[in-house]
Amino acid sequence: MLYRETGQFKTTYRADQAIFPILQDKIGVLAILAFAVFVVPFAADNYLLETILVPVLVFSLAAIGLNILTGYCGQLSLGTGGFMACGAFFSYKLATAFPDLNLILVFLLAGLGTSVVGVLFGLPSLRIKGFYLAVATLAAQFFLIWVFNKFGWWTNDSPSGVISAPPREVLGFVVTSSEAHPISKYLFLVVLVAVLALVAKNLVRSRIGRSWMAIRDMDIAAEIIGIRPLVAKLSAFAVSSFYIGIAGGLWAFIYTGSVEALAFQIDRSFQVLFMVILGGLGSILGSFLGAIFIVLLPIALNVTMLAIDPTFSVALVSDMEFMLFGALIIFFLIVEPHGLARLWQIGKEKLRLWPFPY
Amino acid sequence: MRLKTLCLAAAGAAMLTVAGLPAQAAEQYVPLLVYKSGPYAPNGIPMAAGWEDYIKLINARDGGVNGVKLVTDECDTGYNNDRGVECYERLKKPTAAAFQPLSTGITYALLDRVAQDKIPLYTGGYGRTSASYGPVFPYVFTAPLTYWSGADIMVQYAKGQEGGSLKGKKIALVYHDSAYGKEPIPTLERLSKEEGFEFYKFPVAHPGLEQKSTWLQIGRQVKPDWVFMWGWGVMNSTAVKEAAAVGYPMDHFIGIWWSGAEPDVVPAGAAAKGYKALGLHLPGTDIQLLQDVLKYVYNGDEAKAKENAWGTVLYNRGLFLMAIEIEAIRQAQEMHGKGKELTGEQIRDGFENLNLTEDKLAAIGLKDFTKPIHITCEDHEGGGQAFVQQWDGEQWKKVSDWFSPHREALRAAYKEDALAYAKEKGITPRTCK
Repeated sequence: MLYRETGQFKTTYRADQAIFPILQDKIGVLAILAFAVFVVPFAADNYLLETILVPVLVFSLAAIGLNILTGYCGQLSLGTGGFMACGAFFSYKLATAFPDLNLILVFLLAGLGTSVVGVLFGLPSLRIKGFYLAVATLAAQFFLIWVFNKFGWWTNDSPSGVISAPPREVLGFVVTSSEAHPISKYLFLVVLVAVLALVAKNLVRSRIGRSWMAIRDMDIAAEIIGIRPLVAKLSAFAVSSFYIGIAGGLWAFIYTGSVEALAFQIDRSFQVLFMVILGGLGSILGSFLGAIFIVLLPIALNVTMLAIDPTFSVALVSDMEFMLFGALIIFFLIVEPHGLARLWQIGKEKLRLWPFPY
Repeated sequence: MRLKTLCLAAAGAAMLTVAGLPAQAAEQYVPLLVYKSGPYAPNGIPMAAGWEDYIKLINARDGGVNGVKLVTDECDTGYNNDRGVECYERLKKPTAAAFQPLSTGITYALLDRVAQDKIPLYTGGYGRTSASYGPVFPYVFTAPLTYWSGADIMVQYAKGQEGGSLKGKKIALVYHDSAYGKEPIPTLERLSKEEGFEFYKFPVAHPGLEQKSTWLQIGRQVKPDWVFMWGWGVMNSTAVKEAAAVGYPMDHFIGIWWSGAEPDVVPAGAAAKGYKALGLHLPGTDIQLLQDVLKYVYNGDEAKAKENAWGTVLYNRGLFLMAIEIEAIRQAQEMHGKGKELTGEQIRDGFENLNLTEDKLAAIGLKDFTKPIHITCEDHEGGGQAFVQQWDGEQWKKVSDWFSPHREALRAAYKEDALAYAKEKGITPRTCK
């Protein structure tokens, strides 16, 4: 029905290797993007933009970052919160020390700084694997948070250890701090996240991405066919931390506007890890789906329950929210252990064969 | 049969809604950010009960503020900063009276937003200390006291107990390692230089259930003369238990006003006896306002009231904080028209001109409950006072006089910190007449 592919012939390798080899996919993604850029900012109210769409986008970026490391390269990491904190505090120091520095440059530099930290904490991955590596990355989580909590330099000696984003402009629009209009915040994020997601998608399809996947699937075999584990693993750590760092900066500057190191506790690492697992390991689409699921669902449950009956006590609603959310996570993992992205993939296969799916 | 009952119920509910629609008297919207779930719920629930009961009382006894009924809407933040922001955005309206986030972390996240949305942020006894400097933070109010004032009062009290000098003494601070717990550090560091005591810091990670090593260090190694605590939730009772386990003398252990309620000492049992904390207002039920609540909200049913935490420290705190917010609405009505629904911006003026004298406090049933508060454009702290209370194993007892912090030094510090913030944010401080 949707996928009538009659007449779509691929005559070059280039066309065969495109990100979206099926025309309908390409049109669909472009339509979603156009909808996100041209319709959503004007149709959605500030509440939706600021407290739902902005965090979904920020988390999507963090989930893409972790997905590169865990989903594509197979290195389990629990340091996501720490790396996000790096990005946040690096951006803050850069933005306050050099007030004239372009905001995009601030985020990119903060991302690069985070990737250096990521490589440093990725070094143990050359010797240890799996759960043991997860424990080693926990060190990054606790050490980094401790550093930002301990030394006043990171917060410009704020007595409470809270950093607050200074107002900064991109193309003449203020996008950080509460002075920014939700629409400009959202549009800036959509464009930035779309560009970075495109880069990530291409990266994982390239030689380097294939070497990550080879390491993930069997590192000894990969080594034998000539992939250097050192380069592959550390580059995965670097790229992953780059993305997570930028997500941390965006969290502090665009989402909450002010942040303390406590916001990037171990819970945050788990949250992003769950997004990746639920969304789908080794899938860029999955990163988005996971972020939407984890951020949107609790709030949606909460709001829906209150909409059904406003006389419910908020305490009951909050407790119900936890229970339903947990139940739904288990439900989706039973239905499809490979995540929401896999669910979509199966659906798509069925649609392509429709009306005679087998 | 089931379906029939369901349909009937739905029809009944629909009729009730329709019936409720007319009769549009003026109403004032009071949003409430509460936390009745999550690890801090034992402290959040009695506070929220105090708020709710005060609003019910005003509506039942006085028919609202000058006839303007108060309507509320709640959102559960779970003491979680991002959910706090989400709740704020969900509940905010131009006619919102004020927001009380009940969390220093959420306060920091909302500081800029409220100035943008023109809604007052009332952080009574918590929040960003330097927000007391009105010219930089026109929408934030910290009355009656800030954490820096609290630290100052604790040092004053310890000094009094030590016979007038703290030279060579050791003071330790056990604090929740968050924006909240870190607040008093600059003041204590300054005072340690001025008073000549040694100052030790002991951060405790959220939620504060693991304090063994902290207290071993305090009890066996540092052996401070005084321990101050900035704790919240389960951290408080854990600290009291651990202090008892290392044999630290309870009467030299003082908590801030958020570490001095029943949920903090009752779980620690007999070990908590003698533990001290600051108080912003009297504990107990022997207060006109509490009797009014009992009469108008609970119809004299004391057992039911007690079930709702009536008369506990945090419940009284909730009443107290809501009383100040409601008095600010009343003051704003004096300025912008009695009996009218006001905007947040107008209620801000009410906060800024709030002068709760002894007489006014007595008029709202809070005689001797707390000390007068006078907020001005320059000073959003309003000059409140605090005392030291002690747990006697059964209840909290006031054991000292009211203390006033050394405000000249503190105000200079507020101003310095606020101006640094203004510079970083590009805010031009307004001038006060």
